[in-house]
Amino acid sequence: MESLRKVTGIAAPMLRINIDTDQIIPALFLGGTDAKGYGANLFHGSRFLADGKPNPEFILNQPPYDRAQILLADRNFGCGSSRERAPKALREFGFRAILAPSFGGIFFGNCYRNGIIPVELPIEIVRSIAAEVDGSGGTAQVSVDVEAQVVVAPSGARYPFAAPTTLRQMLMEGMDEIALTLARGDEISRFREADQARRPWAY
Amino acid sequence: MSALPPRTFFDKVWADHVIARLGDDAELLQIDRLVLHELSGSQAVRALAEAGRTPVSRGQVFTVIEHLISTEPGRGPTDSVSKSGPIMIETTRKASRDWGFHFIDYDDPRQGIAHVIAPELGIAFPGATLVCCDSHTSTVGGVGALTWGIGASEAEHVLATQTLSQAKPRTMRVNFTGRLAPGVYAKDMILALIGRIGAQGGIGYATEYAGSAVSALPIEGRLTLCNMSIEFSCKYGFVPPDETTIEYLKGREFSPKGADWDRAVAYWRTLPTDPGAAFDREVTVDCDALEPQVTWGISPQQVAPIGSSVPDPSQAADSEARQLATRALEYMCLAPGTPLKGIPIDVAYIGSCTNARLSDLRAAAEVLRGRKVKAGIQAVCVPGSTPVKRAAEAEGLDRIFKDAGFEWHESACGFCGHIGSDRFADLRVVSTTNRNFEGRQGPKTRTHLASPATVAASAIAGCIADARGIA
Repeated sequence: MESLRKVTGIAAPMLRINIDTDQIIPALFLGGTDAKGYGANLFHGSRFLADGKPNPEFILNQPPYDRAQILLADRNFGCGSSRERAPKALREFGFRAILAPSFGGIFFGNCYRNGIIPVELPIEIVRSIAAEVDGSGGTAQVSVDVEAQVVVAPSGARYPFAAPTTLRQMLMEGMDEIALTLARGDEISRFREADQARRPWAY
Repeated sequence: MSALPPRTFFDKVWADHVIARLGDDAELLQIDRLVLHELSGSQAVRALAEAGRTPVSRGQVFTVIEHLISTEPGRGPTDSVSKSGPIMIETTRKASRDWGFHFIDYDDPRQGIAHVIAPELGIAFPGATLVCCDSHTSTVGGVGALTWGIGASEAEHVLATQTLSQAKPRTMRVNFTGRLAPGVYAKDMILALIGRIGAQGGIGYATEYAGSAVSALPIEGRLTLCNMSIEFSCKYGFVPPDETTIEYLKGREFSPKGADWDRAVAYWRTLPTDPGAAFDREVTVDCDALEPQVTWGISPQQVAPIGSSVPDPSQAADSEARQLATRALEYMCLAPGTPLKGIPIDVAYIGSCTNARLSDLRAAAEVLRGRKVKAGIQAVCVPGSTPVKRAAEAEGLDRIFKDAGFEWHESACGFCGHIGSDRFADLRVVSTTNRNFEGRQGPKTRTHLASPATVAASAIAGCIADARGIA
């Protein structure tokens, strides 16, 4: 897991509800078994015109948002398909944090495992940060402190957030989740032995 | 006897799988079944190998070729409309053979869409935890299992440990009361529910489907119901086991046998929700008056009864709904007030883990029998599994489909998602699938979700049509 303690940078508003993972990266670009190579097709349908040229209307094609590290989103961001290439594509583009009122459940976990923190904040707060960012022409920086569990808006306003303890710890330390679980090998073996006696058909 | 507090099905199955508590928000769960397909499974097996690890419980892992493999009759072992299909298929095939998973290849008579074959082969069973790198894994909850979609990294974790860390969700019960009228199906029930509670209504929940209309559903209908749980952003959907479930699973290839079967059944009968158990949220949908449903927008929540019209965004409840509806109508090229019945279509598609089981093909065939698909309409059927296809052929359904003008394909995920074929680009499709997202079935493809009967009726009429007036 790639470590993240704090990110400060450009924040791009994309305030539309139900942005699904098909929009984040269409199925056509999921090809290959590589861990990388998906960022170029992030938001492909909106980011490029029919002739393949960048769509000048799309926010991530406009400076300074083309260097954004933080995404300001609306409810149910990342709903739909479980494709882990969605957070991979966001990470490769440069995103390290997404602030939204709610996230698709599978996407939420996938973000942590790809070096991105999904932060749940009420929509009023996300909109207020977006307004500050807009007012600065996009240059005002937003900060997401994973360690202190606080988002700092350009105005200095501080918004604390909750995060799942285990995933947050793993993200901060950049831990190998599998190694952590394997360290519980004895506990797992004991459980499986007892469970197998009880439910032999499950094994 | 100690008086245990009443518990839900979900609480019981969850508790039976907790190995350890991790911090204050997650638990390490035993995973009974991991199912992998070539689209995401290939990433998981490669990552595992590159990390120098090996699978810990191969007999609990099932792999199947179904996402990218071609649906064309006479397909070869790596045929795919996806450019990288062959490498993903080969990676999955090689890892499955090297590691000794239960592997179901493209030409195996048991092959099919993961969520169709998991119940069909008895890979899933009541009280099991089953995961797959695919959001529609919720489908399999229809046999009383706890099943959910995961990411490729989580699949790698399951391969290496046969466990998964999960935060326990809240619980919701959806009570489908009353009785479905003829010509109304499980697909209509779930679309109506999503229309009611919205595409975000299930975030953070596990949903139990209950009520007289659910008890009356055969397993295949329950699978359709559970399939679209993720379309209201609910990772887990299930129907606790009953006698219908037990009857369905008896004698299937991977179902318990002999004394194990008797022990398993005795245990499964303890799993349903106890009377008086509390849910965090309860929703009721009355099925007596339910009509066939059709989506008109780009989210499954944008749905309406077939007898109604495309809504007017200016009449929307709030600015958010207005914005969503406006964008949807622009994408769908629809004007407010247009009656849904009569919207001209270009393609009729029957397939996917939602609605391509034998009962779905029978419902469509009943409408198609002795009729012809309207000239100029592409009509395509991709059965949900090879056993479904064979069973349909054995009862002559393929002839009905073909005589009507439908293409009859080999089983795979097919045209539910856009993986390389532009056949449906910029066309209007009425589809038995689960997602009407922008671009889901192709560039500018405009998808209307509906039941197999509605799709069949629409294929004949050349426009969205109500099957009840035909069959």
